[in-house]
Parts: sequence; C-alpha cells; structure tokens
Amino acid sequence: MMRLITRHVPLAVTLLACAFLLIPIIQSILAGLTVNYFRGLSSGLTLKWIVQVWELYSDSIFLSIWLALTCLAATLVIGVPAAYVLARNPGRITRVLEEFISLPLAIPGLALALALLQLYGTVQGFRTSWTFILVGHVLYTLPFMVRSVLSVLAAIDLRTLEEGAASLGAGPARRFVDVVVPNAMPGILAGALTVVTLSIGEFNLTWMLHTPYLKTLPVGLADSYASMRLEVASAYTLVFFVMIVPLLMAMQWASARAQRIMQ
Amino acid sequence: MTLTLTNIAKTFPGGTKALLPTDLEIAKGEILSLLGPSGCGKSTLLRIIAGLETPDPGASIVFDGDDVTHQSVESRKIGMVFQSYALFPNMSVRSNIGYGLKMQKLPKAEIAARVDEVIGLCQLAPYADRAVTALSGGQKQRVALARAMAPRPRVLLLDEPLSALDAALRNHLRDELALLLRQFGITAIFVTHDQDEAMAIADRVAVMSQGQVAQIGTPEALYRNPATGFVARFVGDAMPLEGRIERAHMHLPGGVLTLPQAGDGQQVLVRAEDISIDPQGPITGRVETVTFLGTHYRIALSGVMAGPLFMLHAGLSAPKPGDEVRLSIPPEALLVLPMEMAA
Ligand SMILES: Nc1ncnc2c1ncn2[C@@H]1O[C@H](COP(=O)(O)OP(=O)(O)OP(=O)(O)O)[C@@H](O)[C@H]1O
Ligand SMILES: [Mg+2]
Repeated sequence: MMRLITRHVPLAVTLLACAFLLIPIIQSILAGLTVNYFRGLSSGLTLKWIVQVWELYSDSIFLSIWLALTCLAATLVIGVPAAYVLARNPGRITRVLEEFISLPLAIPGLALALALLQLYGTVQGFRTSWTFILVGHVLYTLPFMVRSVLSVLAAIDLRTLEEGAASLGAGPARRFVDVVVPNAMPGILAGALTVVTLSIGEFNLTWMLHTPYLKTLPVGLADSYASMRLEVASAYTLVFFVMIVPLLMAMQWASARAQRIMQ
Repeated sequence: MTLTLTNIAKTFPGGTKALLPTDLEIAKGEILSLLGPSGCGKSTLLRIIAGLETPDPGASIVFDGDDVTHQSVESRKIGMVFQSYALFPNMSVRSNIGYGLKMQKLPKAEIAARVDEVIGLCQLAPYADRAVTALSGGQKQRVALARAMAPRPRVLLLDEPLSALDAALRNHLRDELALLLRQFGITAIFVTHDQDEAMAIADRVAVMSQGQVAQIGTPEALYRNPATGFVARFVGDAMPLEGRIERAHMHLPGGVLTLPQAGDGQQVLVRAEDISIDPQGPITGRVETVTFLGTHYRIALSGVMAGPLFMLHAGLSAPKPGDEVRLSIPPEALLVLPMEMAA
C-alpha cells in the first residue's frame, strides 16, 4: 500500500503539473482555430482568424524579426570581442566589467525602459525610431551573448592557441578570425539563439518603448487581447507559438552542444 | 642561423626575478638544450627569444645580424612547439601544418607541396586528413613539430615537447626527435627538466638554476667536469659525501677516501656508477636494499656516511641485504667542487 502511494503520487503530481501548463495552451490554440469560441468546437474549425491576424499584424511580425536580427548583429559585433577581451585578461578589473555588463539582467525591463526614456526620450527622431527599441533589446540581450561566448572561451587554452598562431606569423586580426571565432563558435551559436529568442519574446521593456506605429510581436499580442475578438487574439498566440517554439528548441540544442565542449 | 642573446633578464610585475642577466650564443644548426628544475626560468628565456615575453630593458636578441629585440612574435619567423602542442582544434592535420605557409601568402599549389613534404618527413601521411582532436599524444606531438617546421623558421623553439607523453613513448620519440631535428638541420633550442632527454637530443646543454645559466657545454663536458655541485647533482645524479676533509683525504664513518686534490673547505660528490665492491677497498658499508634493474643492481648502503649512499653493481649476482661489503672509489671519479650557498 505504502509502495503504491510512493510510486504513484509523484507521477500523478507530474501529470497534473503538465496538464496545468498544457491545457491553457491547447485551449488557446483551439480557440484560435474555432469559428466561434463561445459555441465551442461544434461551430467548426477555420483558418480565417489566422488570416485576419496576418492582415492586421504582419507589420509587427516583420518588425520583430527585423529587430531580432539587428539585435543579433549588434550583440555579435559588441559581444564577441567583449567576451574575447574578458577571456584574455582574467583579473579583478575584468570581473567587475563582466558584472557591469550583466547589470541589465538584475534590473526590471520596466526600470531599464524608464531610464532610456529619461535619457533619450526627448531626442525627437530617435524616440520614434525602431532603433530606440533596438537599443533596449541590445542592452537586455548583450549579457547573454557575452556570458555564452565567455564560458566557451574560458574552457579552452585560448592564450596558448593564439601564441601558436602568432609563432606561425598570424597578426592579431588573423588570430581572431582564424582561431578565436571558430573555437568560440558553439558559444556564439548558443548565444545567438538566446538573443533572437529573447528579442522576439521581450515584452516589458518593449511595451514601454513602443509607439502606435512600432508594435512588436508580443506588444501586438497584448494589443489584440485588449481590443480584438478572443478568437483573433488566440490565433495570434498560435502564430507566436509557431515562431518561438522552434527557436526555443534550437536554443536548447545549441546550449547542450556548448556545454559538451566545455567538459 | 646564429643566435646571439645579450643581457637577457626578466622581472615579472610583482617582482619575481624569473631570469637574471644572461648571455648566450647558439651556432648555426646547433641544438641547445635548456635544462633545469621547475621554476628556474627555462620557459621564460625561451619565450623571450620567441617574442612572447618582453625582456627587461637593455636586452638584445640578434638572429644572424638581424636585431629582433623589438619585433613582434609574428614577424620573427620562428617555429615553436608547445608542451600542450596548441594545435588548432578547428582545423585538420593538413590545415594545421599549412597554417604558417598560408600566413606567408604562398600560392596554394606550393603550400600543398610543402605540406606534403613535411608530412612525409614526419611520417604523418596516414593521418593527414584527420581532425587533430582524433590523434594520439605522439601523433599530436609530430603534427606540432611538422606545423612549426613547415614555414622553414629561422630557429625552432621547443618547450618541454615530450613531457605530456607517457614514459615509454617519450623515450621512443626522444630519439626520433633528435634524428628529425638533425635531418632538418635547424638551429633549435629545447627546454626540458629531464637530463636524459637533454643529453640525447642536444649538442650543448645549458644547465639553469634560479634564473641563471650555471654551466653550458657538451653533455660529456658537463658530466665529466661539472662546474658546481648543482650541475653535478643535476647531470648524472652525483651524491654529496658527508664527511670531514683534511687536505687530500676525506674521513667518513665507513673509512678514509683519497681525493684527487686537496679539498679543504670544499664539497666532494660521487656518482653511483663510480662506486664498486672491492675486497681491498678502503671503506665499509652495510647493504640495506638491492634492486634489480636488468643490466645492473642498484644497492642502498648504510654506514658509509650518515645518510644512505647508492651504488650500481654490474655483476651476475649481488650481495644480500645485511651483508657487510668493502668498497672503493677511484680518486679521479670524486668530484671536488666549491661549496654553494644553501638554496
Ligand atoms: N606570468 C608570470 N607572472 C609572474 N611570475 C611568473 C610568470 N611566469 C613565470 N613566472 C615565474 O618565473 C619563474 C620562472 O618561470 P618559468 O616558467 O620560466 O620556469 P620553468 O623553468 O619553465 O619551470 P617549469 O619547468 O615548471 O616549466 C617562476 O618562479 C615562475 O613562478
Ligand atoms: Mg616551463
């Protein structure tokens, strides 16, 4: 009897937790596909809500993708060299710098957005431009890129590899391209997927920074729930899902791979 | 290429004097070994020659009349083999070996030809297209050597290139390396803390101690005429005798030895292979342990002096532990050397 309880209770709890997480998602997806949610599935299935989402919000989808890609480019250009410098000069100063770069992680997106608004809110062309949101996204995602690349670089004997390349006649730029970047690749890949996923899904900060003409995917989602039929909003959720889930899975795979390198 | 080093010293930030002012001249095609215990500054000296470390002001490093003191590593045209090999894990064996040639911007066809040549010399043909991560330690070592040699460097610098290998492989590769370096005919500097390795590979050995070159010479000269007790102990494992010296005699608890010269105020050292069992010998000792080593026995003796004394015995049989034996040491085998400061 006791054995039965100890074996089955944890299983039941796990299944319940899964159901607790999954049922709202399934329900939401179904809602986006039914003709009339209040009459239930008996009203029939349709794709018209998805088409409507596309008509109303395709700009948001494209803006989000564009933001994610430019944000990725910015974090690559800033983050990879930054991680390299940190990895090559281990010491107290670099540790402080690393913490400094990670600071945005500890600050709520809302506060970060307010700070940005206070600083740059009055700069006319900038405040209303997509680059304003980009700055927020870069601030928020940069630590993830730096940390991911840094952890891979810290696991290899970068200094000796570079000394080897230098002894063969490679200058600093060649060493960075031929030795540092290829060996940091698992970390760069994991970092890149994290940055794209976070940028596409970011809401707090973006909601504060957005303008009526610049709505990202999650901001549009909130907007659709606030002002559209439930079916449209649910269809929107479905679209969001289709975009973010493959990214999440790729991210899992890439960070598992980076982890393997580090062992 | 002749290498002339003048006044090379290194003080690390924090004040560690890793290297005291050192002068060294290495002839064209010569293989010099830097030999010494851990922390004596061998790597520091080698890395200064490579350009990986900056010497204290006043130093001068000249490669065949070309003053490279202020040149960067990448412009010095050196070859370097690291203890950890530092092979690029993102490249194949072939790309690793060709990397230096690629940096010289040679035509692709010439790179391929020269890589193949070095691959042949180093007997790497079966592994040429493998990833370097899929090689054994010995194979990696050869790739590291091939990679350093392919661009035809002016001087080859090797920092303990064999120490990451297990003992059997190390001995085998040691002889192979000695042969390869002579085939290449290159000027080379070889860092090691293993005296057998230094003796087997080098034309001349510089024995280093505490940031200084204690003595430099051919392996034979160092063995026969060590300049200091440190060199005698490090090259050929000489043991200091603990006794009282009176002119040309040394009084030990086990008897009196005749020295080759008066040795008052000096120290006397002896090597295990110079002690022999001799019924007419002037000193007595007690056999403590006997170890069979194939070609000879190694015997630990007590009673000769306060501490144990070791000898090598090459007969077909050895005395038993507990036996009293009489021993002799030819006077010319005793090394009478100045006392050293306690280290
Ligand atoms: N980057 C550094 N900063 C401070 N001190 C250093 C540095 N590199 C070496 N040293 C010190 O300089 C001295 C000589 O070091 P070096 O590496 O040349 O010794 P080594 O003879 O090569 O020893 P080993 O056989 O252990 O490699 C040591 O006391 C070491 O602690
Ligand atoms: Mg060393």
